[in-house]
Amino acid sequence: MNANVKSKLVQIPIVEVALLKIASDKGIQTGRDRLAAMKPQCGFGELGTCCRICYMGPCRIDPFGNGPKQGICGLTPDSMVARNLVRETTGGAASHVGHARHLLLTLRDALDGKAPYAIQGEDRALALAKIFEVPTEGRDVRDVCRDLVNIALKDFGRQDNEPNGWLTKRAPKPEQEMWKKLGLMYSNPHNEIETAMHASSMGNDADTVSQMMRILKLALVDGWSGLTLCTDIQDILFGTPQVTTVESSIGVLEANSVNIAAHGHNPVLSEKILEWAIKLEGEAIAAGADNINLVGVCCTGNELGMRHGVKLAAHNSQTELILATGAVDAMVVDIQCIWPQLAQVAKCFDTAFITTDEMVHIPDAQHIAFEPEHADENAAEIVRVAIAAFVKRKGKPVDIPQIKSTAIVGLSVEAIVGILSKVDANDPLKAVIDNVANGNILGFAGIVGCSSIKFRDGAMTEEMVKSLLARNVLVVTSGCTAHICAQDGLLTSEATNRYCGDGLKAVLTALGHAAGLNGPLPPVWHMGSCVDNSRIVDLLAAVAGRLGVKVGQLPAVGSAPELVQEKAMSIGGSFLCMGTSVHVAPAPRMLGSPLVTKILTEDLAGITGAVMHVECDPHKAADWMVAEITKKRVALGL
Amino acid sequence: MDKSIFTFIEKCVACKGCEIACAIEHSQSKSLFGAVSEKPSPKSRVHVETAAAFSYPARCQHCQDAACIAACPMGAMTRHPDTNAVYVEASKCVGCWMCVMVCPFGGVSADPDAKKAVKCDYCPDRTALGLDPACVSACPTKAMIFATPEEMASLRRRETAMSTSGSGPANATGVGDAWRTQQRGV
Repeated sequence: MNANVKSKLVQIPIVEVALLKIASDKGIQTGRDRLAAMKPQCGFGELGTCCRICYMGPCRIDPFGNGPKQGICGLTPDSMVARNLVRETTGGAASHVGHARHLLLTLRDALDGKAPYAIQGEDRALALAKIFEVPTEGRDVRDVCRDLVNIALKDFGRQDNEPNGWLTKRAPKPEQEMWKKLGLMYSNPHNEIETAMHASSMGNDADTVSQMMRILKLALVDGWSGLTLCTDIQDILFGTPQVTTVESSIGVLEANSVNIAAHGHNPVLSEKILEWAIKLEGEAIAAGADNINLVGVCCTGNELGMRHGVKLAAHNSQTELILATGAVDAMVVDIQCIWPQLAQVAKCFDTAFITTDEMVHIPDAQHIAFEPEHADENAAEIVRVAIAAFVKRKGKPVDIPQIKSTAIVGLSVEAIVGILSKVDANDPLKAVIDNVANGNILGFAGIVGCSSIKFRDGAMTEEMVKSLLARNVLVVTSGCTAHICAQDGLLTSEATNRYCGDGLKAVLTALGHAAGLNGPLPPVWHMGSCVDNSRIVDLLAAVAGRLGVKVGQLPAVGSAPELVQEKAMSIGGSFLCMGTSVHVAPAPRMLGSPLVTKILTEDLAGITGAVMHVECDPHKAADWMVAEITKKRVALGL
Repeated sequence: MDKSIFTFIEKCVACKGCEIACAIEHSQSKSLFGAVSEKPSPKSRVHVETAAAFSYPARCQHCQDAACIAACPMGAMTRHPDTNAVYVEASKCVGCWMCVMVCPFGGVSADPDAKKAVKCDYCPDRTALGLDPACVSACPTKAMIFATPEEMASLRRRETAMSTSGSGPANATGVGDAWRTQQRGV
């Protein structure tokens, strides 16, 4: 074993070392085994030069120029790569737009008395009413919400080609001017998704530049009719997150509790599971358990953690590993990022693996259809299945590694402004802006997205974050990346003292004291789930608005250091639309096209002001981010 | 005897993974993303050819009595004393293509950039580390093995024995067979 391999091995996060040993001892195959069996992965696929869209194909371009140079229809490798990227981005946008529409229908049904959900985020509804010019004076908040739902639903039915309402009202104005000039403004999000699938099918758009602009448009659809709409409606239904401290990592499972792991993305399910876990605790105790221990996994975990202090058990690439403990009585899932393998691991134990969404059926799972109108009955049934599974498990040995960390979560824009208001109530953002100007804060990095088994063994995210903190870059995070940071202790006051450069440490210490915390603010701000990347954009837009500059001029950069899901592609694209450059690893499937690669990594600077940068080494990636931030500072005269 | 690459033609699904892996192994960077931008572009020594209903990774067979060695007027085509592999000493090659002409397998190609003969060399950097050649490792259906002729013959004998005793198919191709039947009517 050479030194390089060794140094990578010692960086495997301790939680995963412990869980992998448990899986290995029990003979349970993991994603790492399947990845090893899959290697080397198909070069045509990695480069994006495999086209399976029509049945003259499949066509593959020889990346070395010695074999086929075009598809059978004459498609160039540039256009082939772009076509595949259009479909990836569309998949990502469809996921978030679908999530948003489901929320809207749930809110509508709740307002009509058909679904048992209260309006817990009145403040948020009223703030949005102001933006959308919905009258609030003397009105019931439910009527205000009804107007907001109708405005949003109108966008989904638009055939008048008028600009999308949520986009035009919620997005910052200077960027809208840019998007208008580029022809990126969209109307009905569904029309764009349909058109993108149509345009990328056989015998349609073959102009690479036109295809790349469509990718940006789909990313914009995701940004405003996906991410932002999701966050807005979730905040209306369940309340705007506030700062809270949670426990994180595998040690949050409890041997003698009914352990329920909520996994997926949509809090419409997990909020009800939480409610019924509390209501039915007596049944669990009667069954011999200490209590019901609901833990959060993946993004629905982030949603529960930041609104209710629910413990964070695992990020996506650990989902099968936590089942290997044998201690999870039920894993209940909704949509997105649910590995089919989970049902197979669950079968090794008394674990009930429960799917709930019509769109997510998995072989060997127990399917309990969860419908918002029957949310209470469905959730009670699911919790009772978990209790029954506990009864079967009781007395059997479980393996729960005693590894736990604490994490400060729930830094919504509102929560951040709340903290900053304690420094200056009239101009809350001033504290941040002054410290950016004087260099205490070099800039901002939004480190977001997935957790990938391709990068976990090198602790890609953790290494990159620490490298940035040492250079006074304030990090905000969301999604599975937030879980990684939580497990590594980066969402704590201690992390500020341990990892930050002097300037950043001083600012976070002062803010922590102003906020009445017993120490500095954490150096990595947990802003929520993957749809909550909208909060990061909102925060950047607020700072840019206060300074009177465009978001793209801010010393800020984005990163998806462990890209897995198509959603990360459309999210990354939405940052590029804002003019914020994005680092990504591994390389998107673009390198088979020199033109697409050049557009994304160079030419885009002249279009939206942002570029994409691929780098798989965490320290070199951080170097690039610091250089990008510095470039923006210089341009601002800082 | 020394190891050779043996092919199970019935397992090849024409994915061309061997071609890419071969080109990468013979590139300067030895990585996919590095290799795609190298000039001159790295050349694969294996070429997936179709043969009726089958496809087949065609390459040099490293013949024991190699026509290419006999035909080379410059002494550039050489047998490696350790691995027994037939390889080109590029500094001696004048690009007369005699080797290309005499090889019955099309195992020698002409490199259009270097103007030299180019062929399979059994990946000496990999085999020195005890690894299989790149094409063998890359094949997702295990259509190739790196083994001695004795091992290969033994494997074939055992397969046939299994087949005639009714214990299993002669060539356990599974998905490959079904795929070929459906797609190619064979």
